[in-house]
Amino acid sequence: MSQYVLRRLLIAVPSLLAISLVLFVVLALAPGDPFSDLATNPNVPPEVQAALRAKFGLDDPIYLRYLHWLNAMVHGDWGFSFVSRMNVDTLILQRLPATLYVIGSAQILALLIAIPVGVYAATKPYSLFDQIANTFAFIGFSLPTFFTGLLFILIFSVTLDWLPFVYSTDIKATGIHWVLEMIRQAIMPVAVLGLFQAASMTRFVRSAMLDVIRLDYVTTARAKGLGQAKVIVKHVMRNAMIPVVTLIALQMPAVFGGAIVTEQIFRIPGIGSLLISSILSNDTPVVMAVTFVFACLVVLFNLIADVLYGWLDPRISLR
Amino acid sequence: MLDKELRSMIGEVKDGRMDRRAFIRRMAAVGLTAPLANQLLSIGGVAMAQSPTPYPPTKRGGGGPLKLLWWQGPTLLNPHFATGTKDQDGSRLFYEPLASWDVDGNLNPILAAQIPSTANGGLAADGKSVTWKIKPGVKWHDGKPLTADDFVFTWEYASDPATAAVSISTYADMTVEKVDDLTIRILFKNPTPFWANAFVGAYGCVIPKHLFAEYKGSKSREAPTNLAPVGTGPYTFVEFKPGDLVRGKLNPDYHMPNRPYFDTIDMKGGGDAVSAARAVIQTGEFDFAWNMQVEDEVLLRLEKGGKGKTIYATGGDIEFIAINFTDPNTEVDGERSSMKTKHPILSDPKVRKALALLVDRESVKKAIYGRAGRTTANYLNGPEKFVSKNTSWEFSVEKASKMLDEAGWKVGADGIREKDGKKLKLLYQTSTNGPRQKTQAIVKQACQKAGIDVELKSVVASVFFSSDVANPDTYSKFYSDIEEFQIPMTQPDPALHMRRYVSANVATKENKWQGPNFPRYVNKEYDDAITAAETETDLVKRAALYIKCNDLLWQDTVFIPVMHRLVVDACATSLKPVVSGWANRTDNIQDWYREA
Repeated sequence: MSQYVLRRLLIAVPSLLAISLVLFVVLALAPGDPFSDLATNPNVPPEVQAALRAKFGLDDPIYLRYLHWLNAMVHGDWGFSFVSRMNVDTLILQRLPATLYVIGSAQILALLIAIPVGVYAATKPYSLFDQIANTFAFIGFSLPTFFTGLLFILIFSVTLDWLPFVYSTDIKATGIHWVLEMIRQAIMPVAVLGLFQAASMTRFVRSAMLDVIRLDYVTTARAKGLGQAKVIVKHVMRNAMIPVVTLIALQMPAVFGGAIVTEQIFRIPGIGSLLISSILSNDTPVVMAVTFVFACLVVLFNLIADVLYGWLDPRISLR
Repeated sequence: MLDKELRSMIGEVKDGRMDRRAFIRRMAAVGLTAPLANQLLSIGGVAMAQSPTPYPPTKRGGGGPLKLLWWQGPTLLNPHFATGTKDQDGSRLFYEPLASWDVDGNLNPILAAQIPSTANGGLAADGKSVTWKIKPGVKWHDGKPLTADDFVFTWEYASDPATAAVSISTYADMTVEKVDDLTIRILFKNPTPFWANAFVGAYGCVIPKHLFAEYKGSKSREAPTNLAPVGTGPYTFVEFKPGDLVRGKLNPDYHMPNRPYFDTIDMKGGGDAVSAARAVIQTGEFDFAWNMQVEDEVLLRLEKGGKGKTIYATGGDIEFIAINFTDPNTEVDGERSSMKTKHPILSDPKVRKALALLVDRESVKKAIYGRAGRTTANYLNGPEKFVSKNTSWEFSVEKASKMLDEAGWKVGADGIREKDGKKLKLLYQTSTNGPRQKTQAIVKQACQKAGIDVELKSVVASVFFSSDVANPDTYSKFYSDIEEFQIPMTQPDPALHMRRYVSANVATKENKWQGPNFPRYVNKEYDDAITAAETETDLVKRAALYIKCNDLLWQDTVFIPVMHRLVVDACATSLKPVVSGWANRTDNIQDWYREA
């Protein structure tokens, strides 16, 4: 087991190196300039812009810049933002709590809806409940988040005036009021993201359950005289959950990576909005760091999913 | 008229020996229009009294929170590193200059005890130095006193190339010396008529010597104060999250009486302009939102029964179509739009004039800019004393067609004009942006009617405005026949705005396309007028020279001005902000209050 994990980690090193190289080259070849804002400002002569480019090493050849970056990354230095003139890791750590809170809650909400609904729908396929659940699932994943987000804002903020639509990181309250306010402002973004995720996940859970529920051992369990609840939870679900676990594990990096569109709509200061604003201002060190961390997380959670497999189904051996 | 006579007459009006109307009548007698005569008076120092903004609150604080929404949040808080106005706006809450620009583009003293003038001995007669008196008793947020040393240090800091400050050019060609603890003198190399650049406005913010002294030059980026500002401003620093939030609270030791009005200030970043407008005007979650680049129609709809309104400030920002004088389709020595070529179609002044007749500015205003724009024939639109009254514009497809006929462009079988077997076809580029692309469509339609085939192209803003030498789509490379964008006027003086287009500034491969004269306009008369204006200390003559430059650009149709754009913000109904079109939004933040 530990040998397996170690081997997988060693294999991850060259693939991460390759990923970083591709990311770096693509970013370096992408058009744009972090100091383009200065271009139309008559107060700033072009020489200043040129001096800034030189100072931040933007005029060096790409391979040299990549080696510099790699060397720094190995030493734990994530780079330095051109735009904010501060360290990238500080910038990312500042954004992480909001992302973890909102996207994490959305995932939990999605699971809380998808698993019970999916399981129940699978036990009674083509019943009225199943039909309704399916219809909503289709509507849910056909509507993009930017649309539901705006719709929610129009209904709950503008018309009804119940919820704020600008997420604030400095709520001026303490104790229970602070908690309530935190929940209140997260309701809309969490609902938008959670329902979207839940829709596709419900379909997935349902079909996974249907695959298992028809197997002979389930019939055997029923024949033994076990109750419906016990059969479903102990015998069917445990096996049906294997593909679902993979799906969830692969979605975990997204919890850290944020949701670009939703974060932008509700002004949540998360990783997603950091990424998009950095891309727009051509702040390559930040874009590089965020995307690379994202790549690392994908590799890591793939590994975790594989390890979990072995635990859920002892027949799968890890070698 | 003799200059001397004019001068003595202005003097008479000033002293009240001649009334305004009589002066204007006499000017009219020699062929000057009334507005121009009025302009002469204002330049001559008549009726240019400072108009301090009314400020009714009678005690400091008590105004609760002030919530600002910037849809692009500040990413750093050192005014000398500010890459965009958002950063200047954020820094300005904490740092202050000697003076700010008021709504009309006049100086308003902040850290200065008074505005220098010839009368109070602040301005040297030769235009080579200016002496500023600093207000006594001002303290930094950490309690240390503000002295002349801080100003001298700020100059040293910003003008050091190793610091890599964006304000370097503001401070480069001068020396700042300490006269006494509360007086500084700025010495210019050449006579400088526009002396109010250093220590005024956004780049004028003074930084504390005792906190930045160790971080001058190449160590500038390590200064902890870069992210936690200590200034003299109305609000003291609480918290900063780049791109997301700037927080401040009332400075109890602020140097102006009864100010500031608000107890705390929050500047939230992120999102987009439309939802920012909604948060202020419709739901009232925020008090003020910056830069409403939203179609007027949308704003009008939001304003119906809303909790806020839009406010407008006039500056000199100009949206224009620029004409390429060189050939973008011929490559000479690895360079298109080379100075060695001439544009095959647009080098004919008649075609350029015809093109100007085809831009329907009134429709553009009606369909796109609404209250946020003014139609104009001028490239230079402010301050009032520099605005030419000699120009005009009109929209007429017939006249344009006639002019093109005269120039030898005859309508071909397919409805497109041609001359010597060449089609009249133009490539029109701009940055990807709703209003700009709509303007393109309006212009294209009119051009089609006149028999010009216009191909439209839009380039992502981050590429269009970049200085990337390898990219062919930047505005400065200008690999198209005409292009549209906006150039903001960042200060109420035309010097920098107009000097871009002298022949020496032409963008070429040699200067890596960093020369700001992107239309590649060359006119000796224009060059001479700019050179003369830059050392002219007689304000009347100087204004006349800049008006002449504007008129030359108009005569030669270097630019087709599309819209004189106003600054648009969204504001809660009860909030009374002071926003000048000549400065940053927060340049007069100390005077903001809420009406009970």
